[in-house]
Amino acid sequence: MSAAAETVSDNAQQIAVEVDNVTKIYPGGVEALNDMTIHFPKGELTSLLGPSGCGKTTLLKIIAGLLKPTAGKVKVNGVDVTGPGKERAFVFQDFALMPWASVIRNAAFGLELQGMNKSEREAIAEKYIDIVGLKGYENLYPHELSGGMRQRVGLARALAVNAEVLLMDEPFSAVDEQTRRKFQEDILEVVDDEQKTFIFVTHSIEEAVYVSQSIALLLPRPSRVSEIIRPDIRRDISPDAIRRDPVYLDIVERIWQGLRTYVE
Amino acid sequence: MKIFGIKIPMMASLILWAILWEIVGQLELSILLPPFSHILIRMVEIVPTATFMNALWITAKCFLIGTAIAIVVGIPIGVLMGRSIVIDRMLLPWVNMFLSAPLTALVPVLMTLFGFGTKTIILTTVLFAIWIIVLDARAGVKNITPSLVEMTKSFQANFWQAFTKVYLWAAMPEILAGIRLGCIRSIKGVIIGQLLVSVVGFGRLFELYSANFLMEHMWALLFVLFFFAFLIAEGLGVLERKFEYYAASRN
Repeated sequence: MSAAAETVSDNAQQIAVEVDNVTKIYPGGVEALNDMTIHFPKGELTSLLGPSGCGKTTLLKIIAGLLKPTAGKVKVNGVDVTGPGKERAFVFQDFALMPWASVIRNAAFGLELQGMNKSEREAIAEKYIDIVGLKGYENLYPHELSGGMRQRVGLARALAVNAEVLLMDEPFSAVDEQTRRKFQEDILEVVDDEQKTFIFVTHSIEEAVYVSQSIALLLPRPSRVSEIIRPDIRRDISPDAIRRDPVYLDIVERIWQGLRTYVE
Repeated sequence: MKIFGIKIPMMASLILWAILWEIVGQLELSILLPPFSHILIRMVEIVPTATFMNALWITAKCFLIGTAIAIVVGIPIGVLMGRSIVIDRMLLPWVNMFLSAPLTALVPVLMTLFGFGTKTIILTTVLFAIWIIVLDARAGVKNITPSLVEMTKSFQANFWQAFTKVYLWAAMPEILAGIRLGCIRSIKGVIIGQLLVSVVGFGRLFELYSANFLMEHMWALLFVLFFFAFLIAEGLGVLERKFEYYAASRN
């Protein structure tokens, strides 16, 4: 694999996030990423898909500024990333909600940290709680919600700060299967409506094909971008029809064939 | 507990012990063990006196000030230790040493430094209470889910916001347990401090009663103190259980 820029999109689109020659070696010598270069186009949902150990979560956390790369550079809208920033928001695998705070306070927490006054931030949080489908649950606490609902709060919190880039770390992996399907359908709507760049880490092939405009297939040892796939499945048909669409099934099968040698 | 299908309340065994005490006391085997009923009568007699009330007031004051200092100083130190490896390495050996050290031996040193007054008693109370509060706050912060810390960072909380809005609350179940244990140690501290200083508060009363072999007074005083200690510990236990619901839902 050459170090040439691996742009996810083939047409001349604006790039929201550039990852250039990023290497990450953890203390102790474990190499999570090796000279990885990948560009994420603006306004699309790009999935990072790969078997465990391919460094997809590490890459996402480096983009988020939560981890420092050992070498290489990450730019968001042309500006170097040195730490977490306003233009990026993170959705956590285990939701990372504050159990002592109500749904609305959790959803407004990013704005609270920015110093916005209470009525203003709660008005914004309320709007996003409505968008993620939790209207009426504002005053409940996380332990009173199901896993899927908790992640909706996590999503509302990330949307409320109005970041341009949303980083989602296996957001549905702790959510049960039925809830996950509904959630995937809803996320497509959010992507359409919000005009934001989504980077979505997942280990589910079906999920990646279903929700993504493009999929970056990562492979481990050494970790690298093996392929960029644009699953041009029809979006004008119903969700259930998509899941039975031969194009959709072919892409899932093709990715599986590419990955199976890496799965023990 | 159930005996022959009848539900026996938790404290019922105490009544049994009190009866046993009364019998042994009535036999007049030892001057150390006056009958239980005499102790109760003495209690009613001495509690309303000005000397007793004054001693109680001094004890309560020293206890509250000492515990408050231990909490206000101990929690931030514990949280810092939990968040910073450097601070943790610097302080942990000392905290562990003082936690298990025979602190009573230090009280005479405090006396020479701060005199025979409430200052020494307050400091003894702090010295007894603070270490467990530090350690529990530290443990609480160390138990915070890593993703909650990452969430705090990714939404760019500054140090003060992270401390007051997230870490302190996330560690609250452990912090409350630390405060409860700290209070129990505070009670020990406030009494031991007074006993050693022995010119103010209950320390003076103990000195007075034991020097004159007033065993009934002595026991009456002890019972009152035990009762207060129990009340404080139980009260804090109730508070702690209120926060337990989210200790489980944190992870």
